[in-house]
Amino acid sequence: MSTPSTRAAEGRTASGQVTMAAALGQALRHSLEDDPNVVIFGEDVGPLGGVFRVTDGLARDFGDQRVWDSPLAEAGIVGTAIGMAMNGMRPVIEMQFDAFSYPAFEQITSHLAKQRNRTRGAVRLPIVVRVPYAGGIGGVEHHSDSSEVYWAHTPGLTVMTPSNPADAYSMLREAIALDDPVMFLEPKSRYWTKADLDLPVQAAPSNRAAVVREGTDVTLLAYGPTVATAIEAADLGADEGLSVEVVDLRSLSPFDDETIGASVRKTNRAAVIHEAHQFCGYGAEVAARVTEREFFSLAAPILRITGFDVPYPSPKLERYYLPTAERVLAALDTWEW
Amino acid sequence: MSHDVVPPRPGTATLPTEQPIRFIEPNGELAPGDAHGGFALPPIADLVDMHRRMSVARRFDTQVTALTRQGRLATYPSALGQEAAEIAASRALLPGDWLFPTYRDTIALLDRGVNAESILSFFRGDWHMAFDPYEHAVAPQSTPLATQALHAVGFATAATRRGEDTVCLAMLGDGASSEGDAHEAFNFASVWNAPVVFLIQNNQYAISTPTRRQFAARTLADRAVGYGMPGHYVDGNDAAAMLAVLRDAVAHARAGGGPTLVEAYTYRIESHTNSDDPTRYREDDERRSWQERDPIARLEKFLEAREAFGDEDRLRVQEESEHLAASTRDAMNATPELDPLEIFDHVYSAERTSLLEQRAFLEAELASAEPAIGSGGAR
Ligand SMILES: Cc1ncc(C[n+]2csc(CCOP(=O)(O)OP(=O)(O)O)c2C)c(N)n1
Repeated sequence: MSTPSTRAAEGRTASGQVTMAAALGQALRHSLEDDPNVVIFGEDVGPLGGVFRVTDGLARDFGDQRVWDSPLAEAGIVGTAIGMAMNGMRPVIEMQFDAFSYPAFEQITSHLAKQRNRTRGAVRLPIVVRVPYAGGIGGVEHHSDSSEVYWAHTPGLTVMTPSNPADAYSMLREAIALDDPVMFLEPKSRYWTKADLDLPVQAAPSNRAAVVREGTDVTLLAYGPTVATAIEAADLGADEGLSVEVVDLRSLSPFDDETIGASVRKTNRAAVIHEAHQFCGYGAEVAARVTEREFFSLAAPILRITGFDVPYPSPKLERYYLPTAERVLAALDTWEW
Repeated sequence: MSHDVVPPRPGTATLPTEQPIRFIEPNGELAPGDAHGGFALPPIADLVDMHRRMSVARRFDTQVTALTRQGRLATYPSALGQEAAEIAASRALLPGDWLFPTYRDTIALLDRGVNAESILSFFRGDWHMAFDPYEHAVAPQSTPLATQALHAVGFATAATRRGEDTVCLAMLGDGASSEGDAHEAFNFASVWNAPVVFLIQNNQYAISTPTRRQFAARTLADRAVGYGMPGHYVDGNDAAAMLAVLRDAVAHARAGGGPTLVEAYTYRIESHTNSDDPTRYREDDERRSWQERDPIARLEKFLEAREAFGDEDRLRVQEESEHLAASTRDAMNATPELDPLEIFDHVYSAERTSLLEQRAFLEAELASAEPAIGSGGAR
């Protein structure tokens, strides 16, 4: 018998497909089941199930000692999670929206990231900070930032971002099992992406990039929300006779030089796509690393197709800001082939 | 629109007393009963023990300040004059309880049993932290202000949920009490009924900023009421009052009563650190007036009058103090061998290719005849 609520608990929609939000919810559920030290808290993650319903049903099924609503204070959420982790717990906490993680910036960069180092390995902080991030859902300001670079720039943090339901499940399970703090960035425009999936599922290790589309002419490097953009560009490119390889970075820190290098050596051309601003953005790091290592196999400079260097625009204007498949192809056209 | 009466909240807030809670007057005499805030004078034996520990701590503190002036340490924030609050914080806890200190609380750490050299290697610049927090139930000294108060709340909450009766005591300054993290910690602790004691040492200044530019409330202890917890305003230079109030707050937390906010009204006699110039923001007269309220001299007079302290005790305390000062000098005058490659060791639990590459780079530089390494950062 399958009532709507048990279907939700199984992470399946009525059509039998799993959304990314449900896959994340299942990863949390299974982690709560497997390890009594896993706890989930944050703003509205209890009975409401989070503003994106990722934690739907968890407070009901595990009780308010495992899953609960905290006071509304981001530094407080991260700071108390640090203390809990020092005392044996494995907190999974949520920053409700990307730009609302900034009040916790100090706790994340000064303590979460550094406590292992400061104490010469004595203090381990197995904490996952879930951050619904990036745009494309018509959110008003502060609801669409791509904050990945702040975290990726910080030694001590691991930064992951899944782009599909299988990765979402598998990578979140791995993140929770890891003994280090993880910034787990969930592309909110992909929460409703569906896949035919039987959970649990074991995807590629979270610290490896994945070639999600094979091609020979150019490598598109994308992550989180822009993987879909890159695949769309690959489809459009194929219509024009261009063979596009798409690599989903999956892990922003550590950076998988090997997989990315191998792809670039094969195609000799690369472009990075991300929603965040270009200046000092993650694409700059990708371009620099790949250039340093693969310069002699590159036939053209590495391109960046990104958001503009402006604050994330208002909902009605965001479509002018977000990188599109058309922009990707137009950028590739600027190369002399 | 309904105008229902709001149901009473479970908080156990009490307004702090008008005057700081006090047992021992600056002249060493017993304060009148109405100054005791309803607390009982701790047993004399505990006060004798406090006196010894405070005296040893002061000698240690002056020794470290001297070593800092000689350039053996990069910096040292002295707690001279604040010994009553510092040592009471350590004495109020049971061995399994946790202390969450700041940079200023070195002597509380020392009293908790953390080895002097491993504390000071932080200020000497060898390592950020050189002691194992789990060995002494002492969290790393926090340099960012008030952040550790939240760690204390999380640690204590985890303890409760795991069925342990651990109490956490977080120490912060008057300046730190303005930080958002302090307010968030007070609020989280109260909402979660966490077994935490917050000790604010109001030593009148945050570097140079006087308290009148720091907060507009009557006392810092007053804030407790707004968070739904008890608050106590205590004479921070009275060891008996500090011990009585902190012990009570710890017992209250252990019994499931939740957090307490304690303000120790005290004074920093030394400069903020050796790089500070206190003549720019305070008068010598002010410092002298506080020296007349010295916590150690006051306690000593009180104990002498009760024949609980005499010349023999004085000698014993001096001996212990000089012994610690000497061993601290020896330890700080030695130059430790540091392994530069260790900077890569404690960043992640798993190996990272990029760090292995950078480690190999530094290793090769170290091995080469003409190392491309600078003569060291700023002292
Ligand atoms: C978040 C943060 N801001 C600024 C500083 C720089 N700073 C170090 S100590 C200090 C004054 C703190 O005063 P208080 O909390 O009263 O403690 P005290 O030093 O008097 O013990 C300041 C501003 C800091 N360490 N952390």
